[in-house]
Amino acid sequence: MAARVLTVTSGKGGVGKTTLTANLGVALAMQGQRVVVIDADVGLRNLDVMLGLENRIVYDLVDVVEGRCRLRQAMVRDKRLSELYLLPAAQTRDKTSVQPDDMVRICDQLREHHDYILIDSPAGIEQGFRYAIAPSTGILIVTNPEVSAVRDADRVIGIVEAEEKGPPRLVINRLRPQLVKRGEMLSVADVVELLAIDLIGVVPEDQAVLFSANRGQPLAFAKDSSQAGQSFHNIARRILGKDVPFMPIREPGMLQRILGIVGLGEDG
Amino acid sequence: MKILGRRIGRGGGASGQVAKERLRLVLAHDRTSISPALLEILKDEIIAVISRHVAIAADEVDVSFSQSARESRLVADIPLVSRSKRRTR
Repeated sequence: MAARVLTVTSGKGGVGKTTLTANLGVALAMQGQRVVVIDADVGLRNLDVMLGLENRIVYDLVDVVEGRCRLRQAMVRDKRLSELYLLPAAQTRDKTSVQPDDMVRICDQLREHHDYILIDSPAGIEQGFRYAIAPSTGILIVTNPEVSAVRDADRVIGIVEAEEKGPPRLVINRLRPQLVKRGEMLSVADVVELLAIDLIGVVPEDQAVLFSANRGQPLAFAKDSSQAGQSFHNIARRILGKDVPFMPIREPGMLQRILGIVGLGEDG
Repeated sequence: MKILGRRIGRGGGASGQVAKERLRLVLAHDRTSISPALLEILKDEIIAVISRHVAIAADEVDVSFSQSARESRLVADIPLVSRSKRRTR
């Protein structure tokens, strides 16, 4: 089976691309998929620390592109899961070191032996973003329910549609239900209406995301211990083509949390 | 739930709704690269061209964007001045 190549992008920085890529990688691998996550943010790599693999890097993406090592030598296997690999970005180079064709060639090599290739795109709409979307067969747009993030997401959606990469799908990250309730934050419906693309997931603001980043242990490893962790798994299952109802967005009170878990169990 | 939320929010200034309205306009301009200033120029020229042939109520002309999904269109609402009105001028 040829792998699907999904690029995670956003336009604006800091909305949660790397967190989403790391957690989707873990969630898909936990669901039995053979996954490679590629950090395409050359010069500002972070997917390695999100996954807690920063001490195991020998070669990187630019080493592969410039022929200093074979692709397999640069891939770091996550010991916690048998089929999750990281292809790290170079930290000491810049985005001119990689061309769109390089990414296409690397993904072509990976396609045979993996089910999903997830590419963590750099912020912006310049060269880094261009090579990150070059090989993709599907695109996930991450945004926060904020004016600037939604505006930048809209720009990216316009570019992606012009490139005919297939309809991009939307992840709304860091939603704060209590603010939406008070009318002080854009709701999921507002953002979907404004951007007019299909929604694939909603991740509530959750301090557990910070704690897991501190530890280099993506939340998705303990999927039922947090709302955000559950959301990442739900997105992974939707990527796999399963019909997963959207969790009711509530305050993470004890009762709601239990209901959420029961809901997750029922539609499995 | 959403309607309830908006009602409660209204008292406190409901900045979420303000964000939505502002974004609606900003996105319309971004998507078409038509700035508010250009929209004014278009409006003036449309008025000039049409007035050459028919009588219109120039003050009431409205040129704006309409959005459906990701399609934008320019909508011009141009009230014609009826014959009876013209005679009384």
